[in-house]
Amino acid sequence: MTTNGADLLELALARVLAEGAASADAVLVESDVLEARVRGREIDFVKQAREQTLGIRSFVEGSKGLRCAITSSSDLRAETVARIAEECVALARAIAPDPVAGLPEDGFAREIPDLSLFAPGEHPFSVDDRIQSARQAEAAARAADVRVTNSEGSQVGSDYSRIVYATSSGFVGEYRTASHSLFSEPIVSQNGDMQRDYWLTVGRSLSSLEDPAQVGRRAAERALRRLGARRIPTCEVPVIFDPLTAPSLLGHLVQCVNGYAVYRGASFLAGRLDEAIASEQVTVIDDGRLPGGLGSKPFDAEGQPTRRNVVIERGRLASYLLDSYSARKLELKTTGNAGRSVASAPRAMPTNLWLEPGSLSLEDIIGGTPRGLLVTELIGMGFNPVTGDYSQGAVGFWIEAGEIVHPVHEVTIAGHLGDMLSSIDAIGNDLLWLGRVAAPSLRVARMTVAGD
Amino acid sequence: MADTPEPTSALPFFRTQFGLDERSLATVLETAFERPIDHADLFFEYTTQDSVSLEEGIVKSGSRHLEQGVGVRAQVGERQGYAYSDEITVERLRLAASTARAIAEGTARQRAVAVGGQGAPVHNLYPLAQAPTEVAVAKKVALLDAVDVYARRIDPRITQVMASLVAQHRQLLIVASDGTLVGDVQPLVRLNVQIIATDAAGQKREIGYQGMGGRYELEQLLDPEAWKPLVDEAARLALLNLDAQPCPAGTMDVVLGPGWPGILLHEAIGHGLEGDFNRKGTSAFSGRMGERVAAPGVTVVDDGTLPNRRGSLNVDDEGTPTQRTVLIEDGVLVGYLQDRLNARLMGMKPTGNGRRESYAHLPMPRMTNTFMLAGNDDPEDILRSVEHGIYAVSLGGGQVDITSGKFVFSVNEAYRIEQGRLGSPLKGATLIGNGPDVLQRVSRIGHDLELDRGVGVCGKDGQSVPVGVGLPTIRVDGLTVGGTEG
Repeated sequence: MTTNGADLLELALARVLAEGAASADAVLVESDVLEARVRGREIDFVKQAREQTLGIRSFVEGSKGLRCAITSSSDLRAETVARIAEECVALARAIAPDPVAGLPEDGFAREIPDLSLFAPGEHPFSVDDRIQSARQAEAAARAADVRVTNSEGSQVGSDYSRIVYATSSGFVGEYRTASHSLFSEPIVSQNGDMQRDYWLTVGRSLSSLEDPAQVGRRAAERALRRLGARRIPTCEVPVIFDPLTAPSLLGHLVQCVNGYAVYRGASFLAGRLDEAIASEQVTVIDDGRLPGGLGSKPFDAEGQPTRRNVVIERGRLASYLLDSYSARKLELKTTGNAGRSVASAPRAMPTNLWLEPGSLSLEDIIGGTPRGLLVTELIGMGFNPVTGDYSQGAVGFWIEAGEIVHPVHEVTIAGHLGDMLSSIDAIGNDLLWLGRVAAPSLRVARMTVAGD
Repeated sequence: MADTPEPTSALPFFRTQFGLDERSLATVLETAFERPIDHADLFFEYTTQDSVSLEEGIVKSGSRHLEQGVGVRAQVGERQGYAYSDEITVERLRLAASTARAIAEGTARQRAVAVGGQGAPVHNLYPLAQAPTEVAVAKKVALLDAVDVYARRIDPRITQVMASLVAQHRQLLIVASDGTLVGDVQPLVRLNVQIIATDAAGQKREIGYQGMGGRYELEQLLDPEAWKPLVDEAARLALLNLDAQPCPAGTMDVVLGPGWPGILLHEAIGHGLEGDFNRKGTSAFSGRMGERVAAPGVTVVDDGTLPNRRGSLNVDDEGTPTQRTVLIEDGVLVGYLQDRLNARLMGMKPTGNGRRESYAHLPMPRMTNTFMLAGNDDPEDILRSVEHGIYAVSLGGGQVDITSGKFVFSVNEAYRIEQGRLGSPLKGATLIGNGPDVLQRVSRIGHDLELDRGVGVCGKDGQSVPVGVGLPTIRVDGLTVGGTEG
């Protein structure tokens, strides 16, 4: 079934208003998805589907504000749509009125710029070609060295989505996106030591992806250099994060500058707007309109135009990430950062968020570190946004006299995110986009490493 | 409950909702079999999930999500073809079946398909009088309001209360080329409470979190006897952490409290014993069956048959009845967790651990409720036996690198132990260890086995499923504690 999205949304909104809602919005997401994995010479699995989900949000007038509810369904038969519209209003009537709830009053996107989120010439793509990419990556990884003895496989993913959004106040907008990825995860072994690592490439168009064989080789190189990893004694040293691990620090920052965490007092950065929260070398930007960006979109989940926001300017906290609700709670303006899944209310989310690169290569940073730890993988969930306390499992390399000496594993790194941001003393030039949040290599002057 | 309903088959539901019958299902499977394959199955799902949530003293939002769809799978050797659709019609099913077949086409034998039976599961672990999604929303709103009022009266330093109530009703039907036809109706409820406390100076903030749930009547959560202790506990944690000292860094003896700290087993052992990693030889436990992997006295089981538990299932998502599987017996590795594919390829029996997040996902071997059996030691004695270490009472999440065996979990409530005595509370920290040897360093096992309160979510390969864990108090000699104090 190919739905005319706008018609379906209009039907849903009309039904919600007829049930007595004061205002409403609705979103439809349709996706074509492909995932396939090759392991060794065999196809492990291939998965294909078409998905569609409709979400409706209704606001019902209450004594002291609007009552809000959301219903959604992957069943789009007309009778089901009518039923979830009715249920949405009935549910809203049971919810407490909230004086701050509601659609944005104005500021809706007037035009929908082409952000190169979709390469029309590439659709439909050949499933066999994509599987072939996985085969090439897998073969290259396996052939990279005799110590590559096994793998978790090489996986490709492609999805095409169409997002249609409408409000009862008359906004209707839609856009299409594509995203393609290739991921390879080889396993290496030597003298009873077994290690894995990965490499990947992600982009809005097939032509923007890295060469598959190179993805496989890089994954193998990364796994090979982990052989012989050992623990180190507990110490306090500088810690360098590479472009695969540095974005996780920004991910934690995002949790803390999210308008919802701020108004709830659930962030250690609440109430610190305009204060110095990071080293002067640190500038963090969120920009929803980067051409081809993995987080780009012409309008946000409330129909507001996306834009460029400076989050940290030379160490100073310049802006939170806000949607219209959290903005009203904080008496600020939305930053166009509303994001939502079909089944949930809008939330403040990053679009494309990155740390501005510096001029040093990772080698320069390592060379300038007399003794320290380079971190190449982190595991765990050891970050508390309320306090800023940070403690994670780490894998990486020990540095002595500006050189890598040996691989390290089974250690933790710990500190406080505020202290870590304030003590960033070197920033690399190697910004790498593998998702919506990106950061170049960077060095934190001092952290506690726990080991033997 | 006055009387126990019979185990419910979801077959009548799918028959009336979507006009499916045994004949049309067999036809679809035959389409999947037009070219020879080893196994084919259909997975139908119709899930309703409701939630209400409260913050700042009011229930601000309510939601209902309907998810329906069908996944068609064809297997040849190690290869799997999978196609799914959110429209459940015989026409879409046949299309999906041809896609799955084309993907997996190979050299195995062709078979005719017969599908029949009433489709009721063997177990009846969660008979309910009322689906949790049918409980009036007003009752759920009233519960959250009561939680808020109660929590704010506990202490003036409590500055924020967030609570949510989630109810799920999952109906599924599994039809397979070996004649399997089984349905299940799986209820799941969960109450979460998060409390933020701010010190008198307004400088320090801390959060306390608690949750509970399972496959039981939602009415049980509405009982103040059930939720008040949960709120007390969340408040106690938030207030306690206001006075917590920085956690030490380095390797030391660790005593883990009973219950949720069983997440240690889930990460350190459980994932490494899943059939897929062992069939592929990518687990740190590969090829170690029959070897000693834990101290004498350590017995670890995975049990999907515990009534009303969050991790329990009447049947797994491939239609195999769940069971109790011993993974480690008196320190020796004796079992793996299997789905059908990996069991077939390894020449073993499925263990009822083939699970998937939804119809949009392929099944994989996953845990259900994983726990260590009780020992004989008195928990107080265990604490007294430690000269210098930490006592970890409440944990957060964990993660493991299957191949290297390194795992982490984070601690939310911990105390210093000096000369067998409990000292000051410590700030949260990550603990790290090595799966294949951590259980060999278990030196004491308490007699106080507890299962968690029903909040576990396990993520693997992008799929989330509900699980349970359990542990008696244990002492582990030498774990690395990731604090900040040298």
